[in-house]
Amino acid sequence: MAKQDLMLLEGDARIDAAATRLSMTRREFLQFCAVLATTLGLPQGADAAIAEAVAAKKRPSVIWLHFQECTGCTESLLRAEHPTLEKLILDVISLDYHETLFAAAGHQVEEARLKAMAEHKGQYVLVVEGAIPTRDGGIYCKIGGKTAIDLLKECATDAAAVIAIGSCASWGGMPSTDPNPTGASSASQVLGKPVVTIPGCPPNPYNFLSSVVHYLTFGALPAVDPLGRPKFAYSRLVHENCERRAHFDAGRFALEFGDDAHRHGFCLYKLGCKGPETYANCPTIQFGDMGAGTWPVGCGHPCIGCTEQGIGFQKPIHAVAKMKNIQPGVFLPGVIEQKGMGATLGSAAVLAAVAGVAIGAGARLTKNLGLSHKAEEMERAKKAGKASGESAEV
Amino acid sequence: MLSRRNFLKGCLAGGGSAVAALAPAPASARGNLTNPPGGLGLLYDATLCVGCQACVAACKEANHNPAEFKTADRLWDTPLDTTGHTFNVIKVYTNGTGETKDAEINGFSFMKTSCMHCADASCVSACPVSAMRKDPVTGIVTYDPDACLGCRYCVVACAFGIPKYQYDSPTGRIGKCELCHDRHKDGHYSACAEVCPTGATLFGRTVDLLAEARRRLALKPGETTTIPRGRLPYSDAEAEKASTWRKEPDQSYEVQAGRYVQHVYGETEYGGTQVLKLSAIEFEKVGMPALPAKSSASTSETIQHTLYQGMIMPIAVLGAMTWAARRNVSKDDKDSRGGES
Repeated sequence: MAKQDLMLLEGDARIDAAATRLSMTRREFLQFCAVLATTLGLPQGADAAIAEAVAAKKRPSVIWLHFQECTGCTESLLRAEHPTLEKLILDVISLDYHETLFAAAGHQVEEARLKAMAEHKGQYVLVVEGAIPTRDGGIYCKIGGKTAIDLLKECATDAAAVIAIGSCASWGGMPSTDPNPTGASSASQVLGKPVVTIPGCPPNPYNFLSSVVHYLTFGALPAVDPLGRPKFAYSRLVHENCERRAHFDAGRFALEFGDDAHRHGFCLYKLGCKGPETYANCPTIQFGDMGAGTWPVGCGHPCIGCTEQGIGFQKPIHAVAKMKNIQPGVFLPGVIEQKGMGATLGSAAVLAAVAGVAIGAGARLTKNLGLSHKAEEMERAKKAGKASGESAEV
Repeated sequence: MLSRRNFLKGCLAGGGSAVAALAPAPASARGNLTNPPGGLGLLYDATLCVGCQACVAACKEANHNPAEFKTADRLWDTPLDTTGHTFNVIKVYTNGTGETKDAEINGFSFMKTSCMHCADASCVSACPVSAMRKDPVTGIVTYDPDACLGCRYCVVACAFGIPKYQYDSPTGRIGKCELCHDRHKDGHYSACAEVCPTGATLFGRTVDLLAEARRRLALKPGETTTIPRGRLPYSDAEAEKASTWRKEPDQSYEVQAGRYVQHVYGETEYGGTQVLKLSAIEFEKVGMPALPAKSSASTSETIQHTLYQGMIMPIAVLGAMTWAARRNVSKDDKDSRGGES
C-alpha cells in the first residue's frame, strides 16, 4: 500500500536510490513529487505516494509515436526545468521508442519498438504525438513503410493506456484545419475509442507528466472529461483563473498592441483573447518555467485557444471570443428586489394599538359633534331668560 | 332667511364654478415633447450582455461614487437598485433553473437600469425649480444641485425609478445618470459604453442607435453579424468628421444574432427615450414597464395648465368656497349685527 505520509519514508533507502538515479538530492526529489501531486490537485499525502511509486515501481515502458506534427510537444517536454526532465523521461519512465530522441535509426529503431511491445505486452503506455492522415488510405504519413493508421492500430492493440499528446493527436490540431487535404484525424477517431488527451500547442509538459505519474502511482490514468482531457488540468476556462481577469471585470482593455492600456497589462479580450472559451490551466501553472507571468497572456499576447477544438487554428487569432459559462453573479440584484425587512410582529401590534385608539377617539369625537354648540345655546337661552325675569321684577 | 344681497352673491359664485367646470379644453393642451435631432443616447442589447458589471464599476468611477454594500462582509459594491450613489445597475431576470441565457423559461437575462433620458421627461416636468432640465442640444436630462430644493418630486415622478435622493447626507442631492456629459469636453463618452467588452452598451446619437437596433431586429436568430463596440459613429460622415469625440480604433466584431423580442424599447414609450433597449425576453419581465406613447408629463401638464390658465381654477374654487362659507354662516349673527347697526 502506498505511503500517505512523507515521514513514513524517512530513512527509506529506495528514496535515496531514486534521487541518485535522477541526479537530484533527496530533498529535490521529494519536492518534485510534491509539485506533481499539486499539479494533479491531489490531496495531502499523495506526494508521499508518488515518491514511493517513482522510487519503488518498475519504470513503465513508454512507446512514443510521431505522426503529422512539428515535434513541438516533445520539445516543450524537453525544456521542462524542474527537475531536468530529460532525466525524468529517461529514468522515471522507460522510453523505449521515440523517433526524435533515439540515436539509432531505421530498422534498429523499429526493432526496438517491436521488442518493447513484445516484452511489455499489455503494460506499456502508448503516447501519440501528431494527427493521423486518413485520406487516400493514409498514404500521407509513413514510417518504416507503414502508414500512420496501421502503426497506431498496431501499437495501441497491446497498450495498457493510450495518451494523445498535443492538439494534433487530441482533435486533429493544425493539420486538420480547413480544407484538411490529408484528412488529418485524432488518435481517438482512428482507434474508434476514447483516449486520454493532453491538448495544447504545445501542451504544458507538466500536464502530461502528471498524468503519467498518476498512472504510475495509482495504476490508472486521472479522471477525464467527455473529451478525454484530464479534469485536473482542463476543467476551468483560461478566463476564470487569468491574472488579468480583474481588468476584464473593471472594463480595462488593451485596444491595440503597444497602446497605453496594453503597456499597463490590461485585459486582452478586445485583442481577441480566447481565454473566455478555452479550457486549460495555463494561468495557474504557466509555461516554460521562466518565473511569474511567463505564459502567452502574461507576456501580453492574447490566448489563441490552442487547446480547444474549433477555436485554435480555426478562429482568427484576433477575432473576439464568444464568452462561455455566462452566469449571473450572485450579487446581481433581481428585477424586483425586496427592500427592508417587512413588518415585525411588534411594530404591527404598536401600529394596530395606535390605529385602535385613533378610531375610538374619532368615534367619540363624532358623537360629541354639535353637542357643545347645543349646550352653549341652552346656556345662553337660560341666561337670557334669567335676565328678562330679573328686569321684570325690577 | 337669505337676504337679497346674499342670494345674488351666491349666484355669482356658483356661476363662476359652473363656468370653470364646463370650460372647453383650451388651446394649451400639449402633446409629447420630442428629442432634439442630435440627441445622444445608449443602445443596450441584453442578448450581448455577459453580466460582467464593468459598466457598473466604470459608472461609479466616472461619477466619483462610493461603493454600496448589501452583504455582511462588505467586500463588493453590491447595490440592489439605482440609489443616490449608484446611477447604473445590471439587474438579472431568472426563471426556474436559470440555466439558459436569454430564455424565458428556465433561463436568465440581464437588464441595464439607468436613466432613459426621455423625450418628455416626467422628472423635468415635475421639478418645480428647473433643477432637472433636458438639454436642448444633446437631449441629456441633467440635474443642477444648486437649483434643487430637495422636494424629491422627480423621484416620485419617474416611471423607471431612476432619480434617487441621497438620504444618507444632510445636504443630499439627487443622483442620476447624466450620460457622463461632463466628460464630453475631453472627447470621452459615457463610461459604461466605453468599457463594455461586448458592445452590449453602445453610445451614439439616438437616431443612429435606432437604425442599428432596427437592423439587429431584422436579423435572423443565429445569423452572423457585425456589432460595433464603444461609440457608434454618426451615420453622416460630415457630422462624424466635425465631432470632437476621442479617436478610437474600430472595435466592431462578429457575433451570432440573438433571438430578439421584436420591439425597440424606448422607440415609442412616453413619446420616445434617448436610451434604447433590446431584449430576448419580454420587457415587462425584465423590469421595463409597459408605457403608452403619450407621456405622463404631457397628460399632467395639459390638466394642470388647463386648470390654472388665466387663474380659472383658483378663482372658481375661491368663489365656490366663499359661497359655501357664506351660506353656512348662521343667520342669527347677521340678524344681531343688523339689529345693532
